Amino acid sequence: MEELLANPYVGPLVLTVAIILVFPLIVGYMVLAERKVLADLQVRLGPMRVGPYGVLQPLADALKLLLKEDIIPARADKWIFWLAPVLSVFTGLTALAVLPLSDRLYVADVNIGILFILAMSSIGALGLILGGWSANSKYSLMGSLRAAAQMVSYEVPLGFATVTAIMCAGTLSMQGVIDSQFERGVWGAFDNYGLMLIPTVLFIIAGTAETNRAPFDLPEAESELVAGFHTEYSGFRWSLFFLAEYAAIVVISALCVTLFFGGWLRPFPNVELLEIPFNTVFPAGLCLLIAFGCLKGVGKQVVPGFRFLMAAIAAAFLGAAGLFVLPLTNELVIGLFWFAFKLGVMVYLFIWYRGTFPRFRYDQLMDVGWKWLIPISMAGLVLNGAVQLLARG
Amino acid sequence: MAATTLAPPPAAEDTFLDSNELVLNMGPQHPSTHGVLRVILKLDGERVLGADCVIGYLHRGVEKIAENRTYQQFAPYVDRMDYVAAVSNGLGYCMAVEKLLDVEIPPRAQAVRVILTEVNRIASHLLWLGTHALDIGAITPVFLCFREREEALKIFENYCGARLTTHAFRIGGLQYETYDRFEEDCLAFCDLMEEKVKEYHALLTGNRIWVKRTKGVGILNAEDCKNYGVTGPLLRAAGVEWDLRKAQPYSGYDKYDFDVPTAESGDTFDRYIVRMQEMGQSCRIIRQAVGAIPEGPIKGKVGKVIKPPPGEAYVSIEAPKGELGYYVVSDGSLNPYRVRVRPPSFVNLGALDKMCRGTLVADVVAIIGTIDIVLGEVDR
Repeated sequence: MEELLANPYVGPLVLTVAIILVFPLIVGYMVLAERKVLADLQVRLGPMRVGPYGVLQPLADALKLLLKEDIIPARADKWIFWLAPVLSVFTGLTALAVLPLSDRLYVADVNIGILFILAMSSIGALGLILGGWSANSKYSLMGSLRAAAQMVSYEVPLGFATVTAIMCAGTLSMQGVIDSQFERGVWGAFDNYGLMLIPTVLFIIAGTAETNRAPFDLPEAESELVAGFHTEYSGFRWSLFFLAEYAAIVVISALCVTLFFGGWLRPFPNVELLEIPFNTVFPAGLCLLIAFGCLKGVGKQVVPGFRFLMAAIAAAFLGAAGLFVLPLTNELVIGLFWFAFKLGVMVYLFIWYRGTFPRFRYDQLMDVGWKWLIPISMAGLVLNGAVQLLARG
Repeated sequence: MAATTLAPPPAAEDTFLDSNELVLNMGPQHPSTHGVLRVILKLDGERVLGADCVIGYLHRGVEKIAENRTYQQFAPYVDRMDYVAAVSNGLGYCMAVEKLLDVEIPPRAQAVRVILTEVNRIASHLLWLGTHALDIGAITPVFLCFREREEALKIFENYCGARLTTHAFRIGGLQYETYDRFEEDCLAFCDLMEEKVKEYHALLTGNRIWVKRTKGVGILNAEDCKNYGVTGPLLRAAGVEWDLRKAQPYSGYDKYDFDVPTAESGDTFDRYIVRMQEMGQSCRIIRQAVGAIPEGPIKGKVGKVIKPPPGEAYVSIEAPKGELGYYVVSDGSLNPYRVRVRPPSFVNLGALDKMCRGTLVADVVAIIGTIDIVLGEVDR
């Protein structure tokens, strides 16, 4: 056993398997969260039938997708049609490998982590393009052409914003970026006398476009192109594309959180005074609040099984609160908590956009990308470089 | 593979960027063709070279059915044309038959007709706004609009029991008296709408993406409108102050004080603004009408059996979508000899190709949305 644990491959391997197994579930619940938040913005309730407050909806959806008939259009290019979703989901999941989930929880801390993520998301675009191309449908083709143009255009400002952050941190390693923010005592977003806010905002905008989310969801613009590049996909293959899309959201959000918002660090990581409120009271309080809400909901449930489920969820959150209170376990999970919390805020932002903005038109999208984002991101790079040179010598 | 004969590709210099054309079939099953409209788009990349409408997927032969029904029997059928504005349809048909019969409608019935028609105009515009925004990619307004539309439908439901295809009016006046609290409900609806229109403005009008997507898109100037016979908000957005409620007042519209909103450039944004203002004006009319519903009978002197003298009558009213005309010919029998409908959606849709040329694919759905078509009315 000792030997096994000492093997440097065991830890990452276990984590990899865990990510592959758990991630689809996380995506399922992200979708549920999206539906619930959107429903809240749109004066509706969202899923309410499967399980109490719809908490079992993701499982039902997954089951439905798995059981659906697998259709390959007769005139599609079979092999590429098969390959495209696999490629998309592979690159999406692989990029998760370098994410620093906490100070000790990561698959690999490679010295070119950020480049690796950018490379993976670029290859991911290929999946969209091939998927649209191989289906031999005009809607798919137009969707994939849009995807190609959009992802190529928006990778440039995304790259510039990332380069600015890398320059500020002085390293390409994900953990290194977080360490440097700890040492400098300020989140990347507010470094260089606040000038880093320029790349931060640009990164969020370009990141939204890179993940094909509203208002930049042109490749799958449902009111124009039915479903864009995945019009002809159904069942499990379609759900793979779906998984890849949400993986991309997680990766881009995680990259943003890591580069600009201190990754798994708590807010004001250098102020000792805030250790207790931020690292114990806040997470434990949050868990208690959710547990309390669930307990209150128990009485409202009519189905006995649902009552039990609500109570179980409440118990789980009570347990989580306990984890944060005990110093020994707190140390283990607090990094993961802050990373997940910040990630959640980013994902919420994405959902919020979707509920609020109309969709850009193709030419306007290109306008925004090339005429605004790229020049501003270049200016931001130069400005930050100059300030850094003067301030740090 | 089966041998297929392909048309020769167009000469490269005839097309934009020297590329070949792509013919894209949109509909009849498509998320944003508002029903079963089929549009055949000729594309060059994303640029639209031409749009061809194929209609008739919802054709039910309504005009022919009229010839085999008595005058009263046909009245519910007209609700099923523009089912979003069923009350307006009913009003137009009833007025046409009343013109044939030459009966006078009591003032009380006229006032209630105006109120219900204006409530219906708001409901129709709400549905337009929600779906139009949805086409452009804003997914939230549709739910807000339906929330408010519900209040309008509740008024119809309380008045006549039906929500959508109301059959609210009868030839000669009204079937039902107004219900208790009818006036309060209408006024409350006006209060609600005036407040909520501000909310829609906050959500869309100032939004840069919304303005970018609608300004300068699908321009139809006054000259084109006249040539195509386009009426309603499309015409008014092009700067022509033409509203049949003002131009040839019917059902007592001359008693009410209201403005006809117009705009200048005739693009999608202007049409949006005009319709938003029309909702406010409708509220104004409702307030005035509710405050002064005269007492008296609700039905004119119409016999149980309607048998108009031989002759013909054309009546047109300002429906939410434009000029809605009914041409009824009587041969003196129980059934109309011929009923011809001039549906605003159908005529306005004719301008689609003109509006679409040179725009992008995404604009086509915006333009279909801004014309505000109901396929039940286009196909009849």
